[in-house]
Amino acid sequence: MGVSDMFGYYLDLALRSFKRNRVITALMVLALGLGIGASITTLTVLKLLSGDPLPQKSARVFTAELNPYPAAVTEPAERVWQQNGDLTSYTDAMNLLHAHRAERQAVMALTGAKIAPKRLNEHPFFSNGVMTTADFFAMFDVPFEYGSGWSEQDDESRARVAVISNVLNDKLFNGSNSVGQTLRVNDHDYRIIGVLKHWAPQPRFYSISLGGHNYGKGDAVFMPLQSALADKMSPQNTNCWSAEADMDHLETAPCAFVALWVELKHATDAAAYKTFLSNYVAQQISLGRFHHRDVALPDLMGFLGQQQVVPDDAKLQTNLAFGFLLICIVNTVGLLLAKCLRRSREIGVRRALGATRQAIFAQFMIESGMVGVAGGILGLIFAELGLWAIRHQPAEYAKLAHLDPTMFVATFVIALIASLIAGLLPAWRACVVAPAPQLKSV
Amino acid sequence: MEIRPILSTLRCHKLTATLLVLQVAFTCAIVCNIAFMIVRRVQRISLPTGIAENQLSVIHSRFISEGDKPLEKLEQADWTEHQIDLVALRAIPGVESVAAVRFALPLNKNEASYGTCPSQQALDRAMQIKSVHGTSCIDVSVYDGSPGLIATLGLHLVAGRNFKSDEYVLGQKTPPVAIISSGLARHLFPGQNALGKELYVGPKHIVRVVGIVGTLLRPNLHGPGQNYDSMIWPQLPETTGVFYVLRSAPRDRARILKDAKAALLKLDPSRMIKKKYMQTYTQIRTQYFQRDTTMIGLLVASALGLLFVTALGIAGLANFWVQQRTRSIGIRRAIGATRADILRYFQTENFLVVSGGVILGVLLAIGLNLLLMKHYELPRLPLWYLPVGAIALWLLGQLSVLAPALRAANVPPVVATRSV
Repeated sequence: MGVSDMFGYYLDLALRSFKRNRVITALMVLALGLGIGASITTLTVLKLLSGDPLPQKSARVFTAELNPYPAAVTEPAERVWQQNGDLTSYTDAMNLLHAHRAERQAVMALTGAKIAPKRLNEHPFFSNGVMTTADFFAMFDVPFEYGSGWSEQDDESRARVAVISNVLNDKLFNGSNSVGQTLRVNDHDYRIIGVLKHWAPQPRFYSISLGGHNYGKGDAVFMPLQSALADKMSPQNTNCWSAEADMDHLETAPCAFVALWVELKHATDAAAYKTFLSNYVAQQISLGRFHHRDVALPDLMGFLGQQQVVPDDAKLQTNLAFGFLLICIVNTVGLLLAKCLRRSREIGVRRALGATRQAIFAQFMIESGMVGVAGGILGLIFAELGLWAIRHQPAEYAKLAHLDPTMFVATFVIALIASLIAGLLPAWRACVVAPAPQLKSV
Repeated sequence: MEIRPILSTLRCHKLTATLLVLQVAFTCAIVCNIAFMIVRRVQRISLPTGIAENQLSVIHSRFISEGDKPLEKLEQADWTEHQIDLVALRAIPGVESVAAVRFALPLNKNEASYGTCPSQQALDRAMQIKSVHGTSCIDVSVYDGSPGLIATLGLHLVAGRNFKSDEYVLGQKTPPVAIISSGLARHLFPGQNALGKELYVGPKHIVRVVGIVGTLLRPNLHGPGQNYDSMIWPQLPETTGVFYVLRSAPRDRARILKDAKAALLKLDPSRMIKKKYMQTYTQIRTQYFQRDTTMIGLLVASALGLLFVTALGIAGLANFWVQQRTRSIGIRRAIGATRADILRYFQTENFLVVSGGVILGVLLAIGLNLLLMKHYELPRLPLWYLPVGAIALWLLGQLSVLAPALRAANVPPVVATRSV
């Protein structure tokens, strides 16, 4: 017999064996399906939460973390950054921005944007606004449908220009090219110069310290930071360290409310940029503005790790699901083993008729592989059900929980590996059965 | 029951018996820890707020001013505008009382908190180190609201008095007096009467305690021992966005929210009332604990799933063993064993295997707990969970072996005489 004939024969043998023990086989598949379904569901959520929002360049994009707080704050810098992230003061962020020491650099803060409707009799509504500087769009590879971002010139001249998201464009202008139109934001007129294609990185890394949502739909309107601040738009997250902070002049107040992100040419340039930051801080200390020399320059994924954006619950659920799968596998091993020991006579007969040990081993591995494939199919159904249930949860990320092709393949890989591991011991026991004693009449 | 023959039989099925022991052990370890996590989450979601939750509804209104007022002015509304709203809301049939608050309410996640010290010395020390840690100062959540807030929320004064009308201040000003929760009274002034004491709030303000209410939970949970550090200020909301708290009979709440929206829009059609900020207090609580509730559901489901799979494994293996030993059971019956003997044989065998699993499982449960403590801020597993888990698994084992054991007991003695 050729290999494929053998394979077909073993499949046939396996099916016969399943038919003999229908209930046990069904229960084995069910248990494996449950374990795999739970694992795939939780893995999909974990993958969604811990994904790389800027995969093409996340290793070259960094955020600057300084410690501008007063001398009396004696907490270690790591703790300060864990709590406040990359939030820093306007003066320092702008100094670093204007130094132009990176390939690209942008300073950003979030603000609530009250948008006036275009039609009569409609109420104004609030959406998420980003106040930032010119490089933001190029640095984060933000795609444009119409128009483009603004220039550094616009930043410095405090031009009232805005870039809006496709969602806002659909809502206000029915999706038509709105470049050149006027948008009334927080009671000021801004000229639209660009409309984005769909852009909603998950997690929304740049807004984590700025008081925004970590997941979900993207931001709606982007304005030059200096223009928006001049129009008295207030940042969403402000951290002041003096009771006398003048909230009307945030730019010069002892408050942190912006973040600085930079893109470097190579990931290896990080050390040089960090030295530049350290020199800047040393200079500020000599001026008496700073009291701590701590500087950090995490890259995008490092920053996400430091901010612990993935909730503990999601990790716990994944561990739980794999614990569950482990027990399902042990369960399958036990049942397969019992099944195979009961078939010692059949094995004895096959061995006596000339089947080699390898043949018996292959036969039993194929049998457990089939349990695995069936468990995988069932697991896929359970995973779809589980993800459907998650999509109906009110969590920020819930709507994004879908099975992607990688996880689809992973389901079967996990199922096959699980079942083959489970089949290993029974198959080995089966192939060491000595034929002679089994053939004796009891 | 003689257990030596059972042990020697098990020795012949070393591999399968070991697998069963392992499965029971893993299940015992995981289920004990899951049960502990479930109990902790249930305790968390059943924390009392201290207010009459089932009689309260909350609606948020936001004035939208037009024109080019500077933004800081945009956030300002007149207290008299809110007073007009309150009169209209009070007129809704079924409404027993109404109060207006700026934003903070128990469990609604909108929190303003201030470092609060029991004495000038404590304040100086906290100012010096720029932190309340290591001083007798505490971070305290502050609730504000219009007169009638305490009655509307259904809070009970356990000491002192309610606010007088001349003690109310507008918006951002700090009032001269406060009513504090009994939990805060104990924390700030252990062993003393907090009534009449002065609180040093932030660097500049001193407020006097005129009343103490029983339980009053903060807008967010802050961990055990800090959840009830709250106080109420006689401060009238002056912001464009304002929450109205309405008290009524529990069954009227849905209707009253609808009527309140209509009444408010009648006064000013341009204001914004979002559907997601029209909630009964039951909904506010559900929303706050949404993630915990989901997690409890998941934990219960996985614990049940695990027990189910393990029961399946036990029953499946027992079934095979019974089939395999049909002949020897027949022989035993033929030489005088009763059905009860056979039944008891399989039950004892199961008990021995499960016991092995439970012993290993208890050790694994402790190990798993240590691992979880390291990664998930979980406290130590109370030891009494272990015997409870063990008993549960023994019961599970006996239940799942019952059907196969009964089948074994029904094997007729005549089987012994049949060849193959």
